[in-house]
Amino acid sequence: MRRALWVLAVLLSHWRRHKMQFATLLVGLIAATALWSGVQAINQQARNAYDRAAATFGGIRTAMLVAPAGATFPQELFIKLRRAGWPVSSALEGRVQVNGRSVRLLGIEPVTLPVEIGNAPRLGAADLGRFVAPPGQTLVARETLSELQEAEGATPPISNGAKLPPLRVLPQLAPGVLVVDIGVAQRLLNKPDQLSRLLIGKPKSKPAPLASVVGDQLQLVEPTAETELERLTDSFHLNLTAFGLLSFFVGLFIVNSAVGLAFEQRLPMLRTLRACGASARLVNSVLVVELVALALIAGLIGLVCGYFIAAVLLPDVAASLRGLYGAQIPGQLTLQPEWWLAGIGISIAGALVAAATSLIKAIRMPVLATAQPHAWQQRQRRWLILQSLAACAVFAVALLLLQYGQSLIAGFGVLAALMFGAALILPALLEIILLAGQRAARKPLALWFWADSRQQLSGLSLALMALLLALAVNVGVSTMVETFSRTFLGWLNGRLAADVYISASDNAQGVAIRNWLRERSDVQAILSGGRAEAQVQGQPVELLGLPDHALYRERWPLLEAAPRAWSRLMPGNAAFISEQFSRRLNVRIGDVVEVPAPGGTWELDIVGVYADYGNPKGQLTVNVAALIRQFPQTPQTRIGLIVAKENIPGLIAALQKQFALDDRSVADQATVKAESVRIFNRTFAVTSALNAFTLGVAGIALFTSLLTLANSRLPHLAPLWAIGITRPRLAAIELTKTLSVALFTALLAVPLGLLVAWCLIAIVNVKAFGWRLPFHVFPLQLVELVAVALLASLLAALLPVARLARMQPANLVKVFANER
Amino acid sequence: MSRRAFAGGIAALTLARRAGAQGYAGLGETADGFGKVTPGKLFAFPGDHGPHPEFRIEWWYLTANLVDSSGAACGLQWTLFRQAAQPGPQGEGWANQQIWMAHAAVTRADTHRFNEVFSRGGVGQAGVTAKPFAAWIDDWEMKALERTDDRTLAPLALRASSTDFSYALTLEADRPVVLQGDRGYSRKSERGQASYYYSQPFYRARGTLTIDDKPVDVSGQAWMDREWSSQPLDADQTGWDWLSLHLSSGDKLMLYRLRQKDGKDYPFGNWISAAGETQMIAGSDIQMMPKATAEVAGRKLPVEWQIAIPSRSFSILCKPLNPRAWMGTGFSYWEGPIGFAGTHHGVGYLELTGY
Amino acid sequence: MLSIKNLSKTFSSAGEPVHVLRGVDLDLRAGERVALTGESGSGKSTLLHLIAGLDAADGGAIRLEDVEVTALSDAGRASLRRDRIGLVFQQFNLIPSLSVADNLVFQARIADRHDAAWTKELVERLGLGALLKRYPEQLSGGQQQRVAIGRALATKPSLLLADEPTGNLDETTAENVLALTRDLVARTGCGFLMVTHSLHLAGTLDRHLTLHAGRIA
Repeated sequence: MRRALWVLAVLLSHWRRHKMQFATLLVGLIAATALWSGVQAINQQARNAYDRAAATFGGIRTAMLVAPAGATFPQELFIKLRRAGWPVSSALEGRVQVNGRSVRLLGIEPVTLPVEIGNAPRLGAADLGRFVAPPGQTLVARETLSELQEAEGATPPISNGAKLPPLRVLPQLAPGVLVVDIGVAQRLLNKPDQLSRLLIGKPKSKPAPLASVVGDQLQLVEPTAETELERLTDSFHLNLTAFGLLSFFVGLFIVNSAVGLAFEQRLPMLRTLRACGASARLVNSVLVVELVALALIAGLIGLVCGYFIAAVLLPDVAASLRGLYGAQIPGQLTLQPEWWLAGIGISIAGALVAAATSLIKAIRMPVLATAQPHAWQQRQRRWLILQSLAACAVFAVALLLLQYGQSLIAGFGVLAALMFGAALILPALLEIILLAGQRAARKPLALWFWADSRQQLSGLSLALMALLLALAVNVGVSTMVETFSRTFLGWLNGRLAADVYISASDNAQGVAIRNWLRERSDVQAILSGGRAEAQVQGQPVELLGLPDHALYRERWPLLEAAPRAWSRLMPGNAAFISEQFSRRLNVRIGDVVEVPAPGGTWELDIVGVYADYGNPKGQLTVNVAALIRQFPQTPQTRIGLIVAKENIPGLIAALQKQFALDDRSVADQATVKAESVRIFNRTFAVTSALNAFTLGVAGIALFTSLLTLANSRLPHLAPLWAIGITRPRLAAIELTKTLSVALFTALLAVPLGLLVAWCLIAIVNVKAFGWRLPFHVFPLQLVELVAVALLASLLAALLPVARLARMQPANLVKVFANER
Repeated sequence: MSRRAFAGGIAALTLARRAGAQGYAGLGETADGFGKVTPGKLFAFPGDHGPHPEFRIEWWYLTANLVDSSGAACGLQWTLFRQAAQPGPQGEGWANQQIWMAHAAVTRADTHRFNEVFSRGGVGQAGVTAKPFAAWIDDWEMKALERTDDRTLAPLALRASSTDFSYALTLEADRPVVLQGDRGYSRKSERGQASYYYSQPFYRARGTLTIDDKPVDVSGQAWMDREWSSQPLDADQTGWDWLSLHLSSGDKLMLYRLRQKDGKDYPFGNWISAAGETQMIAGSDIQMMPKATAEVAGRKLPVEWQIAIPSRSFSILCKPLNPRAWMGTGFSYWEGPIGFAGTHHGVGYLELTGY
Repeated sequence: MLSIKNLSKTFSSAGEPVHVLRGVDLDLRAGERVALTGESGSGKSTLLHLIAGLDAADGGAIRLEDVEVTALSDAGRASLRRDRIGLVFQQFNLIPSLSVADNLVFQARIADRHDAAWTKELVERLGLGALLKRYPEQLSGGQQQRVAIGRALATKPSLLLADEPTGNLDETTAENVLALTRDLVARTGCGFLMVTHSLHLAGTLDRHLTLHAGRIA
């Protein structure tokens, strides 16, 4: 042990003399761990939130019985099943408006609630009585309570005037849901003796077959592991993960170059240690221990940084997920111990992977120095050829994935393979460019410039690869975001046809508002819409009812339409379908969609497809009158108005005064649009932030590579200095070399980035969200990025070059004196 | 929330049998607003076979000492408890504040199986009707057959099933139910805590008992206790040791002692002749001595008893069929068949609570 | 103490076998100081490396005291070096990131044979007292080699092997360093085998052997 400690002390002494190298190694590990675990923290937070939602008193994690039509069913079926030995518990679910907010109301029966409903929140023993006994309780998550702007113990009314039982916070509860006793739910939702589902617990005996008890009135729904939210948000999290992974790899590039150099420099030390009698096993194990210890320290620091990154990004992520998918994620970061362990683990694993080649080299090292290595050209050529072959293999994988892959993962696989392949082939491409330059060069100094750049290639290539990846991703993501932004804004302009939007609290108020509006001369048209919910092929679908008005024909954007599409909507047997839903159902114009309605199946001819960006649910647009005929329960509370611009403020003020409507219930087009754009922008805030982080890490990679390279450059530069080239001149040449190599890389990154953007738009987006955007290229943006890359390279190259320019001649002389 | 949590909840709400803050299992809680148990009530059947929701707690408690076709002894229990969470008139549907709970168990010398079920009142998942008599919770039930007599509360069909056991019995009796204590008024303390209490100790039972999917025919004797009250125990009473004995002579004996925090205990007894005449036994005349304990579920339980009633020249030693007859339910207790010998011999059931 | 019998070693260079040692026999008594000379490529360093266990022989036997060096595993040879052999190289092979003081003791530390009094004596005799806090790059060649000799002797080895220890030093310094080494070897009583080019220096030792065509001439 003491022996090992001494060897460790000797090994560590290297870092004391090479502090910059040590810092580089740590920075690489920290950067890799920080971004990766930051992203993981966010994903974990979101997944926990979905789990909470899914597990709320028997969500989809529990097997249950439901009515086939998705409607409610009589409570007597519950009794029949219990008396036949079925371990079922009753639940009733609906939506209520509280303080103008629509929330889920869930009625449960705590006495029969299955034990197996695992991570559902628990009521305390003594609390059960208060939950069941009048007036009962309304259990609510803390964040929902504050969203409703209520305090514990309050009994806010719902839209039909009935009061909720006193609110009580149950911290583990999913947000956005109010949980009450089943009896209370039946009263509040006005569904006496009706249930919406039966949760199935562990059987206590052998129950009679379902059909023999309830016939076909109920059907079994098996529990699923994946929630609807998880499915929908998968792409989003995959996106984050991809960024995390990219940063992780870029971080490892840094680690790899730092470790490589450090090991190279320490080889004589290792030889001496071995010559002095430290066994190979001891030295090698201590090398691994040293690396693991460094990874441990850096991993811990990285985790702390990751925590802060996650904490900073989380509000935007939460806003995006809410805006895009309606998923409720708490904005306060909570982390499990697993996260810390996984972070440390990934740091150590990453360090070992990054150091693998160096470690193997050290382990295989003979005590005696062997014959001189091959000349660098020979070595470099072999390495370039091997790497290019690998790149071709990777490109082949990308092609195969593109051809045969169906899933989102495959989409990301194409992206990853594309970028990895490009990174691998980059040195070869640069070599070709530099070789061409060398051949074209006439003057001796220029010749040296090109030749020396080529020699530097192997040392710089990892950093350049990192730069290429970061730049390509940047180009790709910015192009996609910009494309989406433009498409979205154009779409929003058409979609928000009305000038003023009103949401009445209930039908009665809706009627009153419409009557009042008809009396006003400043209202040019009243457009009453409606929304209903149904299930088509097991998927939730929103039915949007639009009035027949010329305004829609003129402005409402359709991606594809059958002839006379709008007119065919009128009779009520045709519908438009949202783009993502049409993809999900694989439905095209001319197909028929069957919607289960209370009165029976409603058959709808599809006559149009429209973009419905940002809507997690599938949507069908129909004529509003037909919708109300088929779904009589449809609340007629949505009203759009056409009003001359100058009359809008007055009308809104009058509406607010007359009907006590708040800002959420009445808004003009500009406000709604601004809100949508705000949500949209936040959606991509995270992407942009991660983008910047990645570029930053790539910059660090370049910087550290140049810095470590600078020291080994002296023997190459000293002869030039000796033959009379001044130090500033040498520095300028060095700078030019770095910048030109970076420029070539950046220029190669542009087409790669556009390819990435195309992948994102044409493959990933379609698979993830269900919409395909037109592909635009934004040249100005590209120029900007190339400039940023060059600036980053300039900054990275500046310090080593400045050091060179100011270097004492004695140091250069030493090169000759010390040369072995 | 889980049923385990609920079981904790029901401990506060219903007849939790673990010694709680208020005497044993909440049975010592004050009875404000609930019906009062007073002497002199005239029992009327079938009405009193049904529930008495104005009282806080009530039970239909049946134990049976059986022998299977190979001659091996076994026992079973079927109990339905009712508790009102709130006094006052009971609402319809889910607004009803009655909570029902049932325990079922089977005991052989080599095994003891049990299960429990909970239910809200008011919706039909559990309940009791007096005429025709039926007591049920889920698919566990005890119900009248066509020719059931209100005075004997027989014949009855009884069934319960769980994952690893089930049973179905027919209960016959030709003598009327027997009022315990003072014409059905059963005093539980010096300070007036009491319950209404009657029994049918004369059931002859016959049917099928299934353990691990292996059915056997069984027959024997059964005893039903009907009891309701609003505060049957005093706050300082911690539990009870209760026995129902089928003497080979055909006589029946019910004995119990209530234990107090101060270590004293109060024995009570009723001797029921084979003809159905009952006679209270003075507490001072009853000697109940634990003879041996068994360690079950981390508790020391007195499962063997030396019992003597000198005035009747009665002296027996009771031994359990299976000392591990622990009811590990939401609130837990020991309940199992026993055999006894001495001046008299026979079989019976022993219940130990509050340990 | 050191006994070498019929030692052979063959390398391959560009596919052709090169027989570097073709049956070397050599005996060295405790306290004996022997110089080994020979032209370049005669196998002097190879012989030294084989004795030190830095490389494995193809045939023959090396016996150091009671240990059959040629029978040892890689790890066994490492511990032999650690405990019984001191090595001095032409390139000094000090560890650049350790101070002179640490360089002096680290082999003794690894061997768990650190002796503070002996180290102190070595420092005094080698004249390193003022240099202890410096790093190798701040020392002259002679100073570095004195540190290397100190390191090699700090474990009180049975055998001190030196491979061209004065090759990088000027004549005066070389003589000084060698004189110091001779004194210290006498003080410890260990065997001393030095490979050198210098016939003059070789002449200052007890015995002078020449390696020619893979054999001791």
